[in-house]
Amino acid sequence: MTKATIDRDKLRDIYTRTMRVARADEKFRSLLMTGKLAVIYYTVRGQELVSAAAMAALEPSDYLVTTYRGQHDQIAKGVPLNPLFAEIAGKVGGTCRGKGGSMHITHPETGVMVTTGVVGSGLPIANGLALASQNRGDGKVTMVCFGDGATNIGAFHEAMNMAQLWKLPVIFLCQNNRYGEHTAFADHTKVDSIVTRAKAYGMAGVHVDGNDAIAMYNTTKAAVDRARAGEGPTLVEAMCYRMLGHFFGADFSYMPKEHLAEMAAEDPLPRLRQLMLDHQFTEAELDAIVADLDAQMDAAAEFAANSPLPGPEEIRKDVFEEEIAA
Amino acid sequence: MSAQITMTQAINRAIDEAMAEDEGVILLGEDVAAKQGGGVFKISAGLTEKYGEHRVRATPISEQAIVGACVGAALAGFRPIAEIMLMNFVTVAMDQIVNHAAKLRFMSGGQTNVPLVIRTTTGVGVGFGGQHSDMLEAWFAHVAGLKIVTPSNAADAQGLMRAAIACNDPVIFIENILCYGLKSDDPGPGHFVPLGKAAIAREGSDCSIVTYGRTVLDALEIAGKLADEGISVEVIDLRTIAPYDEATVTASVEKTGRAVVLHEAVKQYGTGAEIASRLNEKLFGKLKAPVTRIGGAFSAVPMANALEQAWIPNKDAIADAVRTAVNWKG
Repeated sequence: MTKATIDRDKLRDIYTRTMRVARADEKFRSLLMTGKLAVIYYTVRGQELVSAAAMAALEPSDYLVTTYRGQHDQIAKGVPLNPLFAEIAGKVGGTCRGKGGSMHITHPETGVMVTTGVVGSGLPIANGLALASQNRGDGKVTMVCFGDGATNIGAFHEAMNMAQLWKLPVIFLCQNNRYGEHTAFADHTKVDSIVTRAKAYGMAGVHVDGNDAIAMYNTTKAAVDRARAGEGPTLVEAMCYRMLGHFFGADFSYMPKEHLAEMAAEDPLPRLRQLMLDHQFTEAELDAIVADLDAQMDAAAEFAANSPLPGPEEIRKDVFEEEIAA
Repeated sequence: MSAQITMTQAINRAIDEAMAEDEGVILLGEDVAAKQGGGVFKISAGLTEKYGEHRVRATPISEQAIVGACVGAALAGFRPIAEIMLMNFVTVAMDQIVNHAAKLRFMSGGQTNVPLVIRTTTGVGVGFGGQHSDMLEAWFAHVAGLKIVTPSNAADAQGLMRAAIACNDPVIFIENILCYGLKSDDPGPGHFVPLGKAAIAREGSDCSIVTYGRTVLDALEIAGKLADEGISVEVIDLRTIAPYDEATVTASVEKTGRAVVLHEAVKQYGTGAEIASRLNEKLFGKLKAPVTRIGGAFSAVPMANALEQAWIPNKDAIADAVRTAVNWKG
């Protein structure tokens, strides 16, 4: 395998996105552990790279639909940190004025159109965004992220069929983190690979190591190019691992220790750092990127802490276009 | 005699006009395109020929995918119309309607909105049985963020459909199969009926019947008969079920002092309960009789015609409810 299959600027881009995700996740966990934040939080530890490489293959104007464990997708797509931190904290300075929370982040300026807390329900919506682009001819691509657990809901199958039927410019990015809530992949799905299901709908399906930055980027880029060229949807199954359980603080003793250890060896963060060093990035360069990001995390946490709580009048707003009576 | 238009023609015309004005108006549903016959009830007849299959898309039998695609297209600035062939099938798409279409404006803090119309058909009295006949408006009325509309005549159907498509929030548009052939005086092109405004279908002074959809016809017939007995009935056609025109309803009942709330949907936990309760809250002490409700029986809709007719709110029972109210002695 040749290593020189990626542009150095793109590699730096992927590294920066990955570390932005990783440092934000670290910051959230530290805020939770020190009691500075008390919210439900679905940590993305172990899945940082998969979305960083995928989002690096999209244009800023492309659409993204993601799921409750979606902080890595949103950050990698470009949602600014200050309003993101504030939204997760339920503050008025948040992306959604504190009315969405971590499971319902929307930020249209960066293309993040829906974050859904209902597993699998984003896929049909992604089709609609892609349908709008197809009708308009605006050249946009829609990516929808979901986990392996989502592939057993009916909406997955309905959406796959419809997307392929209409050759919609959509990419179904299954981040196979090996667990649907507390149930291991083999205990919820009878096929060995989600890609098998793409074939059932006549759709292009690609299996990729989601912790391999170059493979992940190139696979996604090829799917994006296909979609933009009007050649239809692709299912990308990116293998990764959810390292800290279903939600932060939850017991995950059901995940076998041996498997956790095995997966720790696949940890995308040290692996990416080594890849960067192999590509002649220096330790100092990489550390400087992280130091800059950490300053941004501190600023975002402070912004969130200082942002006011939304007032009760917010309940009457945004139910309909017109404000409703008390 | 002025020109007449059926409800089918009226709804078709409203969609046609909206599609001509705005390329973002698209129609998705099972069988809706010309190749599939223009829809089971022919509402979309002729639209594919004018606007093409990319705007009038016949879908697989995939209600979640239909509504989901419409939600996504709406987020991207389109004004999609989803046809869910029969109202019972909305059950298959409830996640997309209730968790997404209804809530995305709120949960996004107003950054996105879902200007979507879900057209659907239902109705008791055609022998379709338990899974093709339900009126499920109360389910949707319980969810913040959805508007619910049902016309009782062709002219309103045209005007309400135009308003529903123009609305920047999701609208459930309920059509009654038995009303498709009803004729109205042709309101002409460009007719709009604002959402949220009830119509006083008949003026009266002794008792108000508050209703919507097909039962407006029953109420008008009963009002005519009761007039012969010297009872003056005012009939309110809500047109928009949620949010309903509480000012018009309250003013009518304040005037008459009596109200019967009537709907085809099952009476238990129905929209009639909400309206009756609000009338009691607003007009306690001014009412001359308790507000009562008439609705469908508490069972699945039966197939056999004899049973189905027994299920539907009975016209004699409606008339009796009005008489009881008018003769109430406390």
